[in-house]
Amino acid sequence: MNNPLALVGRATLSFLGLAGRLTLFAGMSLQHVVRPPFYFGLIGRQMLSIGYFSLPVVGMTALFTGMVLALQIYIGSSRFNAESAVATIVVIGITRELGPVLSGLMVAGRVSAAMAAELGTMRVTEQIDALTTLSTNPFKYLMAPRLIAATLTMPILVFIADIIGVMGGYLVGTAKLGFNYGSYLKSTVDYLEPMDVISGLVKAAVFGFLLALMGCYHGYHSKGGAQGVGAATTNAVVSASVLILAANYLITELFFTS
Amino acid sequence: MTTPKLKLHGVAKHFGHKKVLDGIDLEIGRGESVVVIGGSGTGKSVMLKCVLGLIHPDRGKILVDGENVVGLRGSAKEEYLAKFGMLFQGSALFDSLRVWENVAFGLIQGRGMKRKAAREIALEKLGRVGLKADVGELYPSELSGGMQKRVALARAIATEPEIIFFDEPTTGLDPIMADVINDLIVECVKELGASTLTITHDMASARKIADRLAMIYKGHIIWCGHKDQIDNSGNPYVDQFIHGRAEGPITMDVLKP
Repeated sequence: MNNPLALVGRATLSFLGLAGRLTLFAGMSLQHVVRPPFYFGLIGRQMLSIGYFSLPVVGMTALFTGMVLALQIYIGSSRFNAESAVATIVVIGITRELGPVLSGLMVAGRVSAAMAAELGTMRVTEQIDALTTLSTNPFKYLMAPRLIAATLTMPILVFIADIIGVMGGYLVGTAKLGFNYGSYLKSTVDYLEPMDVISGLVKAAVFGFLLALMGCYHGYHSKGGAQGVGAATTNAVVSASVLILAANYLITELFFTS
Repeated sequence: MTTPKLKLHGVAKHFGHKKVLDGIDLEIGRGESVVVIGGSGTGKSVMLKCVLGLIHPDRGKILVDGENVVGLRGSAKEEYLAKFGMLFQGSALFDSLRVWENVAFGLIQGRGMKRKAAREIALEKLGRVGLKADVGELYPSELSGGMQKRVALARAIATEPEIIFFDEPTTGLDPIMADVINDLIVECVKELGASTLTITHDMASARKIADRLAMIYKGHIIWCGHKDQIDNSGNPYVDQFIHGRAEGPITMDVLKP
């Protein structure tokens, strides 16, 4: 019963089973994402919920991250007299990594949880079964609009976060660290390459897809009433966060090591 | 001999080691109302979900108008489901939609009807179950349990389906509201001429709705007959159930020594 090999085997089988179910779920969802009809009204509503209503939390996160980044880089770079690199490192750090990753994690906390709770409640109250009996495919009606909306909205959110984050660094750099307004902006723009921003936006789209997928997957498979919905919500946020961090590494490899 | 509207033949389903359905055989004729009674956890809801394709049976056939529908997918399944209406135990109304949108959902999404035309039909169906047009603008959470059941009934009949399932239609309602729902079910079904399958453990409801009654126990249909025969079924399981006695051949786990 306590055979360590059996425990490892069970855990492996369970993981493989989960990976298989998740892949099938993602495949089914993607099939409905690309095939018409499209529910534009539902997509719009989801974009509003995911994008517009996430703006305050994403904006605040980006602002403070930019401010802290400027301070920390100034402290570090002053050790070898490279303070002039603050603006460049802030903008690259924000656009390549911190903008997409922190926005992804914040939106995962807000949106994946909300999706899992909503779909989980629909599951345990038989609303998803009711959809099916009304000749409506739940993947088409529930999953596809959420996945499309999250994938399209996250790059916009991250672009705004990039601007706010850089602005945070600019505020600290000029007001506290004594940088000249013009030269800070010049350093920000001069060394920024299009690929820095583009790679961040690509990451954002992937993160958007992943966080919506996790919210939908855990909500759709929720069972057992309030406790099940609670567990689905937690699992959605945790798995979305881990997947975002793992995907971030893979995309970074893809963009910057080839 | 006419083809039954719905026929279940040897339908079986297990979850893990637990056999929930163990070879169910049941027929429902055209325009006939069959009520399946049975205790909690005897497989009544699983049986309905198998017919609706929400759960895939392990074996057996489910014939609608003589055609086996087990394993249908995609548009074939959607076409097949368009023949059905269903009233869920907990009503299963969509929280995010107004009452009239709930009732019109099958018409708009399933049949592609324009919203304006679907709204008119939805309000007419709401009137049919005794709800005024202004209720149509409310959200389900603003309604009482009895009103939610009526809305669910209106939704089940909105597309004028050929077969309607009622899953515990009176559960959680006071006796008067339960009787109102029973009357509405009988009237609406008679108007539509639909075949119906109801599962319940409310005997008053069963007697009112049914043409024929069947009892399910441990995954089998153990008795089936006209509703007038139920009091003289000669089946000790049926007798115990309809009289609600703790003593008898049906034992609950909590009563075991």
